[in-house]
Amino acid sequence: MKLRTKIVVLSLFALLLILLFLFIGLGSNWGYSLERRAWKIAAIVLTGVCIAFSTVIFQTVTNNRILTPNIIGLDSMYMLIQTAVVYVFGSTNKLLVDSNLNFMLTLALMMVFALLLYWVMFRREGNHLYFLLLVGIILGTLLGSMTTFLQLLIDPSEFLVLQGRMFASFNSVQGQLTVICYIVAIAVGLYYMRLHKYMDAISLGKGHAVNLGVPYDAVVKQLLVIIAALISVATALVGPLTFLGLLVANVAYQFMKTYRHAYLIPGAILISIIALVGGQLIVERVFSFTTTVSVIINLVGGIYFLYLLLRENKS
Amino acid sequence: MIEVKHLSKKYGSKNVIEDVSLRIEKGKITSFIGPNGAGKSTLLSMISRLLKKDAGEVLIESKEISTCKSEDLAKQISILKQSNQMSVRLTVRELVSFGRFPYSQGRLTAEDWKYVDEAIAYMELQEMQDKYLDQLSGGQNQRAYIAMVIAQNTEYVLLDEPLNNLDMRHSVQIMKVLRRLVDELGKTVIIVIHDINFASCYSDYIVALKDGKVIKEGATEQIITTEVLKEVYDMDIQIETINGNRICVYFDS
Repeated sequence: MKLRTKIVVLSLFALLLILLFLFIGLGSNWGYSLERRAWKIAAIVLTGVCIAFSTVIFQTVTNNRILTPNIIGLDSMYMLIQTAVVYVFGSTNKLLVDSNLNFMLTLALMMVFALLLYWVMFRREGNHLYFLLLVGIILGTLLGSMTTFLQLLIDPSEFLVLQGRMFASFNSVQGQLTVICYIVAIAVGLYYMRLHKYMDAISLGKGHAVNLGVPYDAVVKQLLVIIAALISVATALVGPLTFLGLLVANVAYQFMKTYRHAYLIPGAILISIIALVGGQLIVERVFSFTTTVSVIINLVGGIYFLYLLLRENKS
Repeated sequence: MIEVKHLSKKYGSKNVIEDVSLRIEKGKITSFIGPNGAGKSTLLSMISRLLKKDAGEVLIESKEISTCKSEDLAKQISILKQSNQMSVRLTVRELVSFGRFPYSQGRLTAEDWKYVDEAIAYMELQEMQDKYLDQLSGGQNQRAYIAMVIAQNTEYVLLDEPLNNLDMRHSVQIMKVLRRLVDELGKTVIIVIHDINFASCYSDYIVALKDGKVIKEGATEQIITTEVLKEVYDMDIQIETINGNRICVYFDS
């Protein structure tokens, strides 16, 4: 199959799932249902795009196919923010109940965290990218421990409210926020277009990229900021989706069988949309909302990850 | 011409390169020799901007490299490091086509593909051009990487231990190609090399480094002598002339 054909097939499949999602069992009050579903699908597609896009870029920059951008601790930061709000202000405080306010706070703090980490790491000259990741992992663990500690101190009934935030869910996404997220994501996407031409060369590794005239350090820094922005947007909107990126990026490599990002990125994005919309369909139609999409993604993603490790081990 | 002036590099508190000054003439093969840890690869990496220098200048055609755009430098100077592990799976042809990146930013024109075909032909890789790199031997891989550098078509070609892990046949093959690059295409080749006999037989100019300093430089005949090599390697090395080539016999008798 040619690469273009693969993209067309994926697009059609994604479109089919979206239409299924919008129109299955619409019921008598279809105007209201359709509008709600349209907003939901908009949020799902945006999340899918952000996560797939940032994971592929991240894996190219790090030259490693089993890392996800969450390794720099953004997920842990999200959890800590939510937990700290509940602990300090209680579960009925505006900061948690008001989605807009909560979104803005979360997005701002996650970006501040990421930029601060980058700034500290890149201020010192000659640091290797992996050192940044190592610091990220340690910070992530630290934030995770703080979160667990705070959760122990929280009143059990308040903890239940918090628990609802710990898994990604599209069931309570606000239309207004989705629009804001789209604006941010499109702006970031336009910015990325200037760097897109370098991606294939960067995937060869630093030495080759520099040799081929890529302004490596500057480009990598900009890409890392793009990654942090997209992950923050997606996480602040729906909650943490750890495995999705890893899953869809690797399925995209397997399916597209190319090194060219002009095809890899759209492929990963479409697979991501298929996984999320398909997952959400299963959540709504099979489990009738008794579980969240992240549970399903984590289950499938976890099994796939084990398979990847075992296969790497064999070869 | 490449000029290096008072170049220094420290790793922690250790001086890896200390106040090195050099001139590298056009149209010649220049070899960097010296014991392990002498700073040969570090020097090569700094000349090719892969590594930041702590002090000093590197001038290519009288222009300091840190003031040049990386894109423009990629059309003037190319570097191949000794380990080329990649996380992407490429065919030989795909790899070689990356050599045209500085000119076309990934959108190759018909002219770019002509250069790619020529480079593949130059390294005699036509038969295996659609094979993946991980299906090929070390020698074939090395030829593919050199083909990429040839497609890049730069005046200066820098290679860090191009003979690493190759047998004699492949080593000779690579050195002959480098010789042809200089003699036929007028390129300037700079290599880091461990086997002093290869340096002696194929290079025009030799720079001997030790403990981060240039201790001798000159035409091949001036460097491949018992006295100079004693100073570089702390070994008594006997020199025999065979078919006009100076051969070093460094085995203890």
